[in-house]
Amino acid sequence: MPFKPNTFKRWRLASLLPLMIALALAGCGQTDINQVDHTPNILDPRGPSAYAESNLFWFILIVSTVVFVAVISVLLYSIVRFRARPGAPEPRQLHGNTKLEIGWTIVPSLVLLAVLVMTITTMFQIQQPASANTITVNAIGHQWWWEFQYPDERVVTADEMWVPTGTVVHINLVSNNVIHSFWVPQLTGKTDVIPGHDNTMWLQADSTGWFRGECAEFCGTQHAHMDFLVHAVSPSDYQAWVQQQQATAAQPTDALAQAGAKYFAASPCIGCHMINGVTKGSGAGLIGPNLTHFGSRQWIAGGVVNNTPENLAAWIKDAQVVKPGSDMPAFTNLSQSQIDELVAYLESLK
Amino acid sequence: MAVGSVATRGRAARRSWTQSAIGSWVTTTDHKKIGIMYIYTAFFFFLFGGVLALIIRTQLAAANNNLVSPEAYDQIFTMHATIMIFLFMMPIWTGFGNYLVPLMIGARDMAFPRINALGYWLFLIGGIVLSLSFVFNSAPNAGWFSYAPLTEATPTCLVQNVASQSVQAQAALAASTAAQAPAQGCFSPGANPDFWIVGINILGIASLTGAINFIVTILRMRAPGLTINRMPLFSWMMMVTSFLLVFALPSLTVASFLLLFDRHLGTHFYQAGFGGDPLLWQHLFWSFGHPEVYILILPAFGIISEVLPVFSGKPIFGYTFVAWSGVTIGFLSFTVWAHHMFAVGLPPLAQAFFASSTTLIAIPTAVKIFNWVATVYGGRIRFTAAMLFGLGFVGMFLIGGLNGAALAVVPFDYQVTDTYFVVSHIHYVLFGGSVMALFAGIFYWFPKMSGRMLNEGLGQIQFWLWMVGLNAAFFPMHILGILGMPRRQFTYPPNLGWDGLNFLSTIGAYFIGLGVLVFLVNWIITISKKPTAPSDPWDAFTLEWATTSPPPVHNFDTIPVVRSRRPVYDLKHPDNPDWKNEH
Repeated sequence: MPFKPNTFKRWRLASLLPLMIALALAGCGQTDINQVDHTPNILDPRGPSAYAESNLFWFILIVSTVVFVAVISVLLYSIVRFRARPGAPEPRQLHGNTKLEIGWTIVPSLVLLAVLVMTITTMFQIQQPASANTITVNAIGHQWWWEFQYPDERVVTADEMWVPTGTVVHINLVSNNVIHSFWVPQLTGKTDVIPGHDNTMWLQADSTGWFRGECAEFCGTQHAHMDFLVHAVSPSDYQAWVQQQQATAAQPTDALAQAGAKYFAASPCIGCHMINGVTKGSGAGLIGPNLTHFGSRQWIAGGVVNNTPENLAAWIKDAQVVKPGSDMPAFTNLSQSQIDELVAYLESLK
Repeated sequence: MAVGSVATRGRAARRSWTQSAIGSWVTTTDHKKIGIMYIYTAFFFFLFGGVLALIIRTQLAAANNNLVSPEAYDQIFTMHATIMIFLFMMPIWTGFGNYLVPLMIGARDMAFPRINALGYWLFLIGGIVLSLSFVFNSAPNAGWFSYAPLTEATPTCLVQNVASQSVQAQAALAASTAAQAPAQGCFSPGANPDFWIVGINILGIASLTGAINFIVTILRMRAPGLTINRMPLFSWMMMVTSFLLVFALPSLTVASFLLLFDRHLGTHFYQAGFGGDPLLWQHLFWSFGHPEVYILILPAFGIISEVLPVFSGKPIFGYTFVAWSGVTIGFLSFTVWAHHMFAVGLPPLAQAFFASSTTLIAIPTAVKIFNWVATVYGGRIRFTAAMLFGLGFVGMFLIGGLNGAALAVVPFDYQVTDTYFVVSHIHYVLFGGSVMALFAGIFYWFPKMSGRMLNEGLGQIQFWLWMVGLNAAFFPMHILGILGMPRRQFTYPPNLGWDGLNFLSTIGAYFIGLGVLVFLVNWIITISKKPTAPSDPWDAFTLEWATTSPPPVHNFDTIPVVRSRRPVYDLKHPDNPDWKNEH
């Protein structure tokens, strides 16, 4: 019995595994995007270029699966069918077949041509956004956190970028240090942030929600902690946010925070951090993020920890424990009460 | 009298040194001994790089794990790739080529035996330099492609760094340099990139000597009648690989010297703001780096094209197409480098060009796969360990080819470049491809090289451990990339759905490690046996099987005359030799 149909069937089912896994993947992508922490699944796209990119994935997955199943089926068939058996005759010494060679050069060429046409048309299609409704953001890659400047709105923030839905966000990518890469998987593919290159990109969110952004180019010790959040909100919520961010720092009301404010203004903190209305100067060229509305943010320092009073206290006391290698020095000489005051003040800056 | 006896003793001592157990290896110019030294040294680095891989996978087994510090992790992942590429895969192919090419083409040795020895010793020195970096806690830590400006420094900051050794002082220094002179950064004030540059360039010289030696040997020293069209396909692929080395390595040499000048002489080749450009590094590096990928896989293609026919009992299907598709791949490999750079902001037209050339290179690769499948089809298949690894190669390399073609789909590449999807791709190609083929070659040629047959049962156990292990380790990485996990992160948060897949991948890595242990046991058992292997244990086709196992120093008592692609098959089938049927 040279051919075992059961074995063959089982093998063929197994070779469909990649496709089945991918289908399962699409199912598990439906996470709650209103939660801050959810999987940045590129197959759960929420913007036009991410849609186009994930559609291409499904296309190439189908093509690849067909090719894989076809080739592996012939290979497995041969393995089962042509296994050496005792007394089997010498196989035919076949050296080749030119027609066959030409055939299996042309067929993959045609398949690949189809893929290439899809590739290039999609690529040109996502170069330029369709909507004329735009805002501009400068995304500045530091080692290791992101600064976001809204030049028209005169807003500066860090670690999170708010955008109105249905609006094209033009992003100027700036680095004065090493190469970073700006990536928001659910909204758009990545573009590198290269010193001396004025790279630009655009993204658009079609639904409200929190979207995880990441630095995708290895940029040194804390590359793992150079994440950011894109918060897509309705245009009216966005306007409210802009107005809130444009305001100078809130005056603290409770005593602890007031003591913290007083301490901050005379502390080494102002050597690196700006608080609008408190510190002097434009803040340009400062090393650390602008803290004017620090209390409104979800994260500290590129997402290394959530922004809670406990985490902030640990961060101020010794940032080198929380995020070794970062530019923030340890302030182990601060007393616990000084730290409590600073934390109360910074968390009051909504 | 006394003077004479001292002189005699001196001469006797010198003679016994070159004939002693160690001295005969140190002073040898025999291609077979040099080949074996390459193979053992490279295999040591395979184990070294493998241990580093297990550390990486253990660190990533759980979210927010802190088995190793971020600084250590960066050194480990950089050195894992650097070792596996430059100290394991490239030299082990040189070792196989050294041992086999002269035997396959019926030559007595390589064309330049002393340069051959020089190449080995330079490789060893380069390996020692790179390994020593760990001793100084300065192992390269910027990834195996050492992107500028992360690897940059200035002569001033290097001097300051030597003066201030504390970690805090270094961090403060880096911060102040970055803040005050943004364009003239000091991002790697340690010696880490210097170790990389020096080590890589020593290895580059070693590779160049080997490559030129192979080219001359193959073009000038074939046995009578062994035309280039009758040459075994492994020799073909070693020739193509050697040409790739000769044309690709200068680009790496130039790139790394410019970096050295930036760091130590104060030039600004890669520093924006002084007329330099960080992208210059990427273009120079990848115009070496992509041919390099084929330098790592073409010899594997050669091995598969030897092993599959023998154990299928048939000649390779479409010899001419298999050989020339290798040459085509070699040429095209110089036109695809910027597909590593789709996200850097190249003009769309340039991206379209590199997408097209990358698509084009998939065609000869597909042709090879079809020919291997057609070789097996209609054969009489003997499932030896060598054949299992060979068949495993075809399946795994097919996956590596398909996910590689997916990466040429530029918009999809914007999403998955620099994620675990790419890590999956290179491991399917280099582990599922090159390493599987390597072990097909090890099981196939071990009797020829040592006179001893490796244990088949242990070989099959290793094969299945690896098939399970490599798919468990590398398939989930596709999904991790799609779920948004960037590569080169020393850790990851727990709430993003990445935990389970990472854990599975770690289990797979340990299966691979277990397979390596099984192989080491197999090796120890085998080398402690008596060398009893026959000349032609596999009923094979090519000239190396016409001489004893292991061959004598001079390889062949009389140089054979060749009339077809399968001279040893012809000897065994005088009724139906190939030279009557070949076209």
